[in-house]
Amino acid sequence: MKTVKVYGPGCKRCEATEQMVRDAADRLGLEVAVEKVTDAKSIAMAGVMSTPGVAVDGKLVHAGGLPDAAKLDGWLTA
Amino acid sequence: MTTETQDQAAPRGGSDWLWYGGVPLAGVIWWLLYGQLIPVSEWVTSLFPVARDSHTGEAIAFFVYDVPKVLLLLTGIVFVTGVLRSWFSPEKTRAILAGKRVIWGYPLAATLGVLTPFCSCSSVPLFIGFVSAGIPLGVTFSFLIAGPMVGPVGLGLLYGLVGWEIATVYLVFGFTIATLAGFVLGRLGLERYLQEWVRELNTGPVGDLPEERLTLADRLRIGAEQVREILGKVWIWVVVGISIGALIHGYVPQAMMLRIMGGEAWWSVPAAVVVGVPMYTNAAGVIPIVEALLGKGAALGTTLAFMMSVIALSLPEMIILKQVLTLRLIAVFIAVVSMGILATGFLFNILL
Repeated sequence: MKTVKVYGPGCKRCEATEQMVRDAADRLGLEVAVEKVTDAKSIAMAGVMSTPGVAVDGKLVHAGGLPDAAKLDGWLTA
Repeated sequence: MTTETQDQAAPRGGSDWLWYGGVPLAGVIWWLLYGQLIPVSEWVTSLFPVARDSHTGEAIAFFVYDVPKVLLLLTGIVFVTGVLRSWFSPEKTRAILAGKRVIWGYPLAATLGVLTPFCSCSSVPLFIGFVSAGIPLGVTFSFLIAGPMVGPVGLGLLYGLVGWEIATVYLVFGFTIATLAGFVLGRLGLERYLQEWVRELNTGPVGDLPEERLTLADRLRIGAEQVREILGKVWIWVVVGISIGALIHGYVPQAMMLRIMGGEAWWSVPAAVVVGVPMYTNAAGVIPIVEALLGKGAALGTTLAFMMSVIALSLPEMIILKQVLTLRLIAVFIAVVSMGILATGFLFNILL
């Protein structure tokens, strides 16, 4: 099972990103643990400078703006 | 939200030509609409049962002309900026600045502050990202001041509503303040006034994101998304700002304006800063007010000071930065930037 972390202080786009991850996992029938990281320190420690950031299994794959849906599917199935 | 995500998922691949054709077409429509602003707004005003030259008539005319004008200008500016900014990112900017320790790190940071896309909601991770990569505190401040201060939205609106002369003055002085304030803050050796956890933080080598290859259509799409996002957020500020501007334009007597914001009243400059700092709006909301103030004879220096303090120093942003800066550092930051704004205000009131 993959662990996806969504980094963001709680802005609208961060919530939208989290929802995108959940929707994509449902659609692909994957079991994914989604964790939302809102603490500024943890966000910075992960190397995210523009939020929302997305990490899959500890590896940062995206930062800044909503992720592209097709790429998101790719990260989840990789 | 769900519709938005679907929107983005759909047009991949073959639809690029839609963008190459659609954007110029939208540009032509934009141009035609913009040309019709005066006749249409005068026609709308004439529908109201008030005399055109009465207070109310003047206020209505101001409102129905400015609202569509500002929204059209914003659409154009935000789109172009969105496309241009797609070549920049906070990660690239950090890489550029991290290597620069010499004096012109400051103007460089101010320039990149204007070009790099970032929203105030991520200013804390961005601040930490910069500082932990070894970018000096002062250079980081230059970046953070320039972003909102000389944002393209504000400049574009100033150009459209007030004229290119004042837009240029604003650009030059806003940029200078960002550069000098960063330089002064850097010289003060304020690192010890960061919050403790920030000083101890050592993020080490940070996540390297794979470089994204964007086609021109991708960049145009980014521009269009920016328009939807930013206009969706600021239109209400625009309407409120123009309403206030319209009231000033229609009702405030010129003599009173000259007394309060005229060049003679020296205290008007600090007063403008004191009023401006806690005001929370953005460039799109404040520039219609600036337009009305200048039209009524307010002194340029006072008006510039008001505009700069509203845009560059905002209380909510300070509250966000409280997570990484101690109150003491925030106070010094506000003081240094205010000095720059005051100097600009006095200079222009004396010169003109």
